[in-house]
Amino acid sequence: MEDHHDNHVTSYAQNFKVLLVLLLLTISTILVVKLDLGHFTVAMALFLASVKTTIVLTYFMHLKGEKLILRLMVGGVFLLFAIIVIITFIDYYFRII
Amino acid sequence: MNNQVSAEPLNYLNHKTGLWSWLTATDHKRIGLLYLYAITTFFLTAAVLGLLMKIEKSTIGPTIMTAQTYNAMFTLHGIIMIFIVVIPGLAAVFGNICLPIMIGAKDVAFPKLNLFSFYVYITGACLGLYSQFAHGHSPDAGWTFYVPYSAEVNSNIILALLAAFTLGFASILTGLNFIVTIHRMRAPGMTWFRMPLFPWSLYATAWIQLLATPVVGITLLMVIAERTLHVGFFDPKLGGDPVLYQHLFWIYSHPAVYVMILPAMGVVTEIFPTFSQKPVFGYLPIVFSSLAIALVGYFVWGHHMFTSGMSYESRWFFSFITFLVAIPSAIKVFNWLSTMYGGSVDLQPPLLYAISFIFLFTIGGFTGLTLGAVATDIHVHNTDFVVAHFHYIIFGGMGFGFFAAMHYWYPKIYGTMYHIKWAKIAWGFLFTGFNVLYFPMFIMGIQGMPRRYYDYDPKFQLGQTISSVGAVILFVGLIAMIANLVYHVRRGAKAPANPWHGVTLEWQVPSPPPHENFDEIPVITREPYVFDNPYTKEK
Repeated sequence: MEDHHDNHVTSYAQNFKVLLVLLLLTISTILVVKLDLGHFTVAMALFLASVKTTIVLTYFMHLKGEKLILRLMVGGVFLLFAIIVIITFIDYYFRII
Repeated sequence: MNNQVSAEPLNYLNHKTGLWSWLTATDHKRIGLLYLYAITTFFLTAAVLGLLMKIEKSTIGPTIMTAQTYNAMFTLHGIIMIFIVVIPGLAAVFGNICLPIMIGAKDVAFPKLNLFSFYVYITGACLGLYSQFAHGHSPDAGWTFYVPYSAEVNSNIILALLAAFTLGFASILTGLNFIVTIHRMRAPGMTWFRMPLFPWSLYATAWIQLLATPVVGITLLMVIAERTLHVGFFDPKLGGDPVLYQHLFWIYSHPAVYVMILPAMGVVTEIFPTFSQKPVFGYLPIVFSSLAIALVGYFVWGHHMFTSGMSYESRWFFSFITFLVAIPSAIKVFNWLSTMYGGSVDLQPPLLYAISFIFLFTIGGFTGLTLGAVATDIHVHNTDFVVAHFHYIIFGGMGFGFFAAMHYWYPKIYGTMYHIKWAKIAWGFLFTGFNVLYFPMFIMGIQGMPRRYYDYDPKFQLGQTISSVGAVILFVGLIAMIANLVYHVRRGAKAPANPWHGVTLEWQVPSPPPHENFDEIPVITREPYVFDNPYTKEK
């Protein structure tokens, strides 16, 4: 139980590093729009947003210190949403071509 | 101790008295009863609207209302029944009352959040009703709020959307509470596979509530943004795509069908072993079929959109997945029948409702295959066939499941017994009225009778009149059932702790249960459906 508790304690230095990474990714999201990647602009923005979400869940929401089953459950939820989004966009893809 | 009249004078109903003690109750059983009374009130309101609509359609042309009133009525009927009655229904009422007791806990994980979600629910329900009577036209876009109509029409759509949005929050909070309760608060020794099957069905349901509801919440907010800020999400005039709305709406609303039906499946899964005095047939297949329905149910939403301009490839994909979801549903039906087979079947009112559930749900399921196949769906889409199909599933499934639960756990909830013979007579009216009301709609639908139409071609006159007669019979049955239950809350004979000789934990505590359910948390040492108790031998 004590070990489990210790896993939830993170240092200021680590939190600061995570914050920096998140800020860099936010700037990247803005730059991606300026790069004009065509159809892939939205895909890239969604990818960057997913990476940011994963970092927030892992470090700020302490998923890193949780049991494997809990991490798998959260991962499963995101996988489910990813599949739903993909299925929806497949309809758009086939309607366009 | 089980077959004795409770000697304990204090229970959850009388340990505190006064209106305030009910309005601020955090006891899961009291909150369940608050939901029960609210949901019953709304159900009766919407049932009266349904009856009035059927009376209107008993003759060609105007009978008792105008076309605009009819449009507002089917919208209100749909909103109340779907968002206020059926989606929260079984989970909020019987989940709250029974779940903690069945898993050996004293309450849910977050009792205050539980009460809060009830008030969120009431707020949403009141908003929904207010939208009908506030300044302006009553909403007339149906419960699906399809754009572009709902984005343009000059009626109180925003209020109705906010109501649905608010009700969604109540659903999410209840789902979250149940997931945490089941994970964290099971009694010592109650492993996952020693848990009764009603909690299992609630667990699968709660995941859908938690994950799918936010999607419709955001979608409804997008419609509001479109109406107020003219952001082009769905309206083609603003550069939006109406098919996207239908995708987003059904991503939630099809899994919501499983929010309605899974707890009902859980209820009848409790009833069949008890009234057959036999272990449930295929415990594990029932568990995994619940989870499979919840999972596969996420990926079938497109079968509501076969005629909406969706791509051909998506249509066959969704059709295929729709047929897949029939498999776990069929597994359950076979398991229920096999549970009764060779058992000591006792045709008490709960079992009558449970057997009706199988009959009606199976008809609803098979007609669902007609709608799940692209080729046939194109012909019956937006006809009375669809209305009949979903009433067989939702009313025949969830509704009869709810009535089964009410008759099953009534003696536990109130500590008194209703009149058995009257309950059976009321069931006869309900079952007969239901089929006379809805079955002709299958036939009229195939003949081309569109849904939501105020008037109809003379060739549908006979079918419409039969259907209207069915509505009256059904309504008589409803009143008889509710009168029997309400009357015997105070005047019924005292019920023993275990009148049906059940074996799950709720039957091991007094009727009504004490405030915190158990004096000592029980230790579970075996599977949930072992009928080696003396009552089996007595029978």
